[in-house]
Amino acid sequence: MTTMTDPPKASFQLSMLIYDTRYRSYTFQFIALVLLMLLLGYLGANLVNNLAAQGQNISFGFLSSPANYDINQRPIEYDSQSSHLRAAMVGVLNTLIVAVLGCATATVFGVTAGVLRLSPNWLVRKLMAFYVEIFRNIPVLIWILIIFTVMTAVLPSPNQFRGDGADASMFMDAFAFTNRGVYVPAPVWGPGSLVVVLTFLASIIGVFAYRRYATKLLYDTGRLLPMGWPSLVILFVPTILIYFVLGQPISLNYPALKGFNFDGGLHIRGSLIALWFALAIYTGAFIAENVRAGIQAVSKGQTEAAASLGLRPNRIMNLVILPQALRVIIPPLISQYLNLTKNSSLAIAVGYMDVTGTLGGITLNQTGRAIECVLLLMLFYLTISLAISAIMNVYNNSIKLKER
Amino acid sequence: MKKTVFLGALTVAGLAAGASAAATLDDVKARGKLNCGVTTGLVGFAAPDANGVWEGFDVAICRAVAAAVLGDGNAVEFVPTTGKTRFTALASGEIDLLARNTTWTYSRDTDLKFDFVGVNYYDGQGFLVPKSLGVSSAKELDGATVCIQTGTTTELNLADFFRANNISYEPVPIETNAEGQQQYLAGACDTYTTDASGLASTRAAFENPTDHVILPEIISKEPLGPLVRHGDNDWGDIVRWTFYALVAAEEMGITSANIGELSAAAGANPEINRILGTEGELGAMIGLDNEWAKRAIAVGGNYGEIFEKNIGEKTPIGLARGLNAQWTQGGIMYAPPFR
Repeated sequence: MTTMTDPPKASFQLSMLIYDTRYRSYTFQFIALVLLMLLLGYLGANLVNNLAAQGQNISFGFLSSPANYDINQRPIEYDSQSSHLRAAMVGVLNTLIVAVLGCATATVFGVTAGVLRLSPNWLVRKLMAFYVEIFRNIPVLIWILIIFTVMTAVLPSPNQFRGDGADASMFMDAFAFTNRGVYVPAPVWGPGSLVVVLTFLASIIGVFAYRRYATKLLYDTGRLLPMGWPSLVILFVPTILIYFVLGQPISLNYPALKGFNFDGGLHIRGSLIALWFALAIYTGAFIAENVRAGIQAVSKGQTEAAASLGLRPNRIMNLVILPQALRVIIPPLISQYLNLTKNSSLAIAVGYMDVTGTLGGITLNQTGRAIECVLLLMLFYLTISLAISAIMNVYNNSIKLKER
Repeated sequence: MKKTVFLGALTVAGLAAGASAAATLDDVKARGKLNCGVTTGLVGFAAPDANGVWEGFDVAICRAVAAAVLGDGNAVEFVPTTGKTRFTALASGEIDLLARNTTWTYSRDTDLKFDFVGVNYYDGQGFLVPKSLGVSSAKELDGATVCIQTGTTTELNLADFFRANNISYEPVPIETNAEGQQQYLAGACDTYTTDASGLASTRAAFENPTDHVILPEIISKEPLGPLVRHGDNDWGDIVRWTFYALVAAEEMGITSANIGELSAAAGANPEINRILGTEGELGAMIGLDNEWAKRAIAVGGNYGEIFEKNIGEKTPIGLARGLNAQWTQGGIMYAPPFR
């Protein structure tokens, strides 16, 4: 029989905070924390004191006073009598518009270029390498300015569309490409158009349901149903039928010359196009490299194994390579999306009224509330970046290797 | 992460705010140079010439102040500022004086804590249009695309003007005058609006200036003047009276040509004597020597000479004196008495 004796309980001594490895790291972390807080406190007090010395204070009251300036691209109702807060909201929406358009387009460019960079065709491969190297090695601000300047200089002004034998004419009488932007027909939603839209949405769900059923039938019974044409029929026929049954509720509003400008239709401004396109091709070049890295991270044996099973190159890419490559591609893709969103603050270079242009530009300047405006701007960009990060992480979790 | 970003902002703000101290005169003397904020380039008002030497109507104010304070009209560090950066630059102490055709407004004077020391150019906002547009009045601009420099009072005037006349427009915000010129000439906007003096200056740089016309409507009052930080009244006084010395010099007939002769000995006119320091002790009252005004006038001439040399009718900019003539000539340039 053995007796267990309790280990001697050392009483805690102050010197152990430094000499005992169990506590030492806590001690230093605590000291660092205190120092950091002191520094923050010093800077904060310094700021407040200096502002007070200049007779100013930190106040967000200006946000509710009238903005007194106009904004050209207004996704929501806004006029010069709206508040500065409203102007900031317009800016936020404009930032989101260009960020979403940019991210989507950059992904398309990036994936296409990334896959083609590995093409067996020498010319295609080199062309894509050329694209990547040219676009990612020139600052995006330069690209924005180049595209904007070229658009302004090359495209005709609305005046040149005027009169008989005009220098310029509209494309298919519906699209006008001018140096003030592109005018395209805009849909006019008449009564009953909601039914048409709902029918179309239901058709999309129907297509997915049909394809799922067909796959299930194939696995269960081995019967192969045609996929292509039934999908198209389900997608379009009900919507078109409903559209005509309800008497064509959706019509198009065509742009037409009126006064100094084109009137009617949808005006996509040159500043938006320049910013959107420049951000998309620039970020697309980075995404292309991510995609290439992701594909090359998948072992060549996978391709060969798939080929030996008789899969065609297209299906090898879609069914074998890309699903595995995505695990490598998505994390850097998130940071590219974040970069694109933050780069959109270069909008002021072409006069696109994003949140940096309204809140951080005109409002800041007219009210002189620099610190408040910049704090709000930082808060906005931080929020939007964390939101993009969160959404993309959810997607990343859904495609990552499931370990059971 | 939130904390770090916030910390960075506070550091920048704290440093910027900490730099502004009360005794600007001592700082300038210790530095040996006057930091003067000007535009990034507006021909006639402030632009570097072919040799990189800044010259222009606003630049002359900077040089006069430098001559008065430091005895050398070239002891100026010109800091180009945009419409957006100018106030931060002044408030933070990066510049001692802002001479950048800046409009004197209530909120800038009070809420932004600046002191406008005077008005060196009485201006108003106008519209520049191509003759081919066939417009003769700004009220016919319904639906027009208007290029406008962002971050200026012109933006607010424009919104007010179109709202008051119940007509619509599409603003195209641009950052600098050069960009506005490019957009306007390419036809990306129907009209370009800014202060009438700026329009004249811009038009002067066009290939065919006669194809463009400035519309008769002046839609705002734009008193442009140099400004300093609120709170250092001694420095404000120096800049204010240096400017008025230039204005008074024109009224009294002191020019860069005759200033040597007039300042050699006390003459018949007591006010000229007081300005030039041959009589009385005016210099000591603002903490300078007695010849401060003489140096300020000598560097670029009196107000009228500066006007004619940089933006007057014989220059490509071709501005008439108008409101900016001396009060004795039907204008409103009026220097308080030197006594």
